[in-house]
Amino acid sequence: MTDPGTDEAHQRRFDAMITAEERIEPRDWMPDAYRRTLIRQIAQHAHSEIIGMQPEGNWITRAPSLRRKAVLIAKVQDEAGHGLYLYSAAETLGVGRDELLDLLHQGRQRYSSIFNYPTVTWADVGAIGWLVDGAAITNQVPLCRCSYGPYARAMVRICKEESFHQRQGFDILYTLARGTDAQRRMAQESVDRWYWPSLMMFGPPDSESTHSEQSMAWNIKRFSNDELRQRFVDMIVPQAEALGLTLPDPALKWSAERGHYDFGTPDWDEFMQVLKGNGPCNRQRLEHRRTAHEEGAWVREAARAHAAKSRARQRAAA
Amino acid sequence: MADQPLWEVFVRARRGLSHVHVGSLHAADAEHALRNARDLYTRRQEGVSVWVVPAASISASAPEDKDAFFDPAEDKVYRHPTFYPVPEGVEHL
Ligand SMILES: [Fe+2]
Ligand SMILES: [Fe+2]
Repeated sequence: MTDPGTDEAHQRRFDAMITAEERIEPRDWMPDAYRRTLIRQIAQHAHSEIIGMQPEGNWITRAPSLRRKAVLIAKVQDEAGHGLYLYSAAETLGVGRDELLDLLHQGRQRYSSIFNYPTVTWADVGAIGWLVDGAAITNQVPLCRCSYGPYARAMVRICKEESFHQRQGFDILYTLARGTDAQRRMAQESVDRWYWPSLMMFGPPDSESTHSEQSMAWNIKRFSNDELRQRFVDMIVPQAEALGLTLPDPALKWSAERGHYDFGTPDWDEFMQVLKGNGPCNRQRLEHRRTAHEEGAWVREAARAHAAKSRARQRAAA
Repeated sequence: MADQPLWEVFVRARRGLSHVHVGSLHAADAEHALRNARDLYTRRQEGVSVWVVPAASISASAPEDKDAFFDPAEDKVYRHPTFYPVPEGVEHL
């Protein structure tokens, strides 16, 4: 493996596969930096899925009807599943799941900043489904063609499930927007709260994005942050009209010349603050995750004890 | 999770189809792995049958010897029906 001649040949072969749009699979040789980038990205993505259960989980006991409650439970359970598909993909790169959880719990790996905002009303569950899951889909659809096979395959599963998430969110807002004045107001205020943070989900502007270029060259990333943000805005403007709600962006208008909507600039200082840990819920989210993990220790312990017991029983019977 | 080993999961989507690899999970034993696989990989009726296999039990060909390993098949085009010309007018061959 350390023979430079061999490494060069490996590198050539890897480059040729990337150029030919072939998928890289777990046991293939890959550059260390490619492996590290993928581990970082997939782990961050997995962490986002499981931390993302919290803002919505917060409303399960207070959902306004049994139907909404069943739907929300299914949605939150899906997010747990997404986390597990992604940890499974990360593990194919030679990193352990417990290692990744430790890094999350120690605050040494990130999750998406969007989940550091609170869900203060039921309408926020709608706005998260519509805008946050909507932004996630915009980000994730191109990842289905990512060069790393296990990641791409996980994304295919995830994207299929995300469309339900986006629709159920839209459905909540659509219902509220046609309800009483107070419900309508609640829906509008929620969209006003989540619009800008959802635009930030695509990351900093291309001019300041640090990882983008190399990730594009490796076919991990297919479109730039700004391209994806534009695509998202173009998608949600007509949807907001259908909802009968407005987006809190005075710069928003159709540009016939560009064939896209013009829109305003998110508050990148706020973004940096949340990223640094100073968002409204950063501490609470991580604290809750650690506690959940610690309080689940007895379940893992019980599973181990049960497995050991039945192994012993089988041996005795044999 | 060294004592909750890794299991590879295979799902048969419908009768008449083979089991296909869908991903992996951690579990203490096979029974636990099957239950987790059901919750994780068949939440939308994606399967009628699930296999779980300890990841450590799988032997795989090495990608490095891909060429050498699969070479023997490369020069045997006569294994494909298209290798043989069929005279004009001959059918069902
Ligand atoms: Fe998700
Ligand atoms: Fe989702």
